[in-house]
Amino acid sequence: MTTAELLGKDPGWIIAVKALIVFIICVVATLMAVWTERRVLAKMQLRTGPNRVGKFGLLQSLSDGVKLALKEDIIPAAADKVVFIIAPIIATAMCFMAFAVIPMTGVVNLFGHQTALQLTDLPVGVLYILAVTSIGVYGVVLAGWSSGSTYPLLGGLRSSAQVISYEIAMGLSLVAVFIYAGSMSTSVIVDSQHQNIWNAVVLFPSFIIYLISMVGETNRAPFDLAEAEGELVGGFHTEYSSLKFALFFLAEYVNIIAVSALATTLFLGGYHAPPGLGFTEQWFGGWFTFIWFITKVNLFFFIFMWLRATLPRLRYDQFMKFGWKVLIPGSLVWILIVATLRVLQQQGANRAVIIAFAAGVVLLMMAVSSLVDRSKKVSGEPLTEGEDPDFPVPSLPHLRSISVSGGQK
Amino acid sequence: MTDFIEPRKNSELGINSVPFVEVEQPGAAPLLEQAKGFWVTFSTMFKKNQTVQYPDVKAPTAPRFHGRHQLNRHPDGLEKCIGCELCAWACPADAIYVEGGDNTPGNQLSPGERNGAVYQINYLRCIFCGLCVEACPTRALTMTNEYELADDKREKLIFEKDDLLAPLRQGMLAPPHPMYPGMTDTNYYNGDVKEAHPSQQEQN
Repeated sequence: MTTAELLGKDPGWIIAVKALIVFIICVVATLMAVWTERRVLAKMQLRTGPNRVGKFGLLQSLSDGVKLALKEDIIPAAADKVVFIIAPIIATAMCFMAFAVIPMTGVVNLFGHQTALQLTDLPVGVLYILAVTSIGVYGVVLAGWSSGSTYPLLGGLRSSAQVISYEIAMGLSLVAVFIYAGSMSTSVIVDSQHQNIWNAVVLFPSFIIYLISMVGETNRAPFDLAEAEGELVGGFHTEYSSLKFALFFLAEYVNIIAVSALATTLFLGGYHAPPGLGFTEQWFGGWFTFIWFITKVNLFFFIFMWLRATLPRLRYDQFMKFGWKVLIPGSLVWILIVATLRVLQQQGANRAVIIAFAAGVVLLMMAVSSLVDRSKKVSGEPLTEGEDPDFPVPSLPHLRSISVSGGQK
Repeated sequence: MTDFIEPRKNSELGINSVPFVEVEQPGAAPLLEQAKGFWVTFSTMFKKNQTVQYPDVKAPTAPRFHGRHQLNRHPDGLEKCIGCELCAWACPADAIYVEGGDNTPGNQLSPGERNGAVYQINYLRCIFCGLCVEACPTRALTMTNEYELADDKREKLIFEKDDLLAPLRQGMLAPPHPMYPGMTDTNYYNGDVKEAHPSQQEQN
């Protein structure tokens, strides 16, 4: 029985319970993520991090959240009030919705009902996630625009440009997964990895491209240009305070967890145990698969923290150049290769042909990269001597300044 | 327009005679070299962190840390301060206020003729430079390692003599009391007085 059929038999109340569980998981995970991030980041900087509220400071993010919610809620006079209020709601709601199709456990017993911890299983599940997260961008753009202020507007536009650009790379990196699994349903992709090996191994380039673009997609360091404190004050949420700001904060972290969960689902075998530990999946009546899922998500979350602790922020043009000129073409080439291999396999081409094709691709790549290297070496022609520079030269004791803009000739 | 200087040609200035030197620009480091940064942050996680849990744990200061001042006593309990005001004169921040007073037979606070009747240090002004300590001729004024000098009222940060005086230690008697029998202020200064004499207690 497939997961879709299994979930189809859920009565309404089970669906409601599962929706509640997904919501709770997201909120609790956010609280824990904020705490974990602050602690791990502190560790990476020889600090301790929050340790005063509760054991190990575990309740720090909760108390911060309460404080944030109780603060004065300011709506600037220049703001477009309706849009200003709707924007954080859109941003947050869409992040939560992305979680609906993530399979978090195998078959388990939920209040006496055989089901899986996955709210629904769409045949186009991954496309649905891409669509929903794209709508989340509206939250950012509208927040920036409706604030009626310059810096939020710039931040909002930067953010949206960033998210849209990296979503293309992300979508393209997922195409290889679709080709390989033959489906866009999250549960089918998980099953196909269970039968073969993890996509992270087979489709390694896709995995890397997804990892990079998921950081760009979530506006996180080193791609956090939209919230560049030194440049844009606080980015699109500069004018937000109190609960509305808390919603953006929540959205950011739920979004991180969502892309991590998607990465787990598509590349690391979802809720299944790593190869060789398959027996653990039966523990606690199947609920142990949830532990595996959480572990893998945390692995990705750790990468987020690690990047933030290590890398400086990119310049905007470097960032865009990387997205459009490296990630997207790289993805396209990789998809072509994967598709060709897949077709060759399905048509029963013999092994020699496949190997020849792979070798050809490798040779071609080497040729191209060596050409690129050679073109790089010819750089910076020396200045031709004897020509007057047409730029102003500052005065020095033995030199007088050259006037370029005024005076008589 | 008289003071306008006609711009000279570059050829006249000799700008282009400066030889062109190609500068080696460091290109992007190899990927492995760049990845080293990840190891730095990762390995740091397992190092001992440097945070001092301050209000719970007070790390000791350096031994000669300039903290709050202290007015010292002679071993029999008399104050060392003679009210000379040299500390106040030395103070670059004008943080010290001293009023000298006369020692009378019934009110002997320090050895010799004079004592510091009023002694105030304003910690809103003090810059903890220690020039007052250098100026003090009797070693009456020194500094402790105490650094927790914050309060909620300006008045509380003007320390009076009572706040600054060193506590009475073993063998000390609270002044005023007469000087050690047979000892002059010079004996006190030379450190000949080692403890309080029983007669000082009686005549107190």
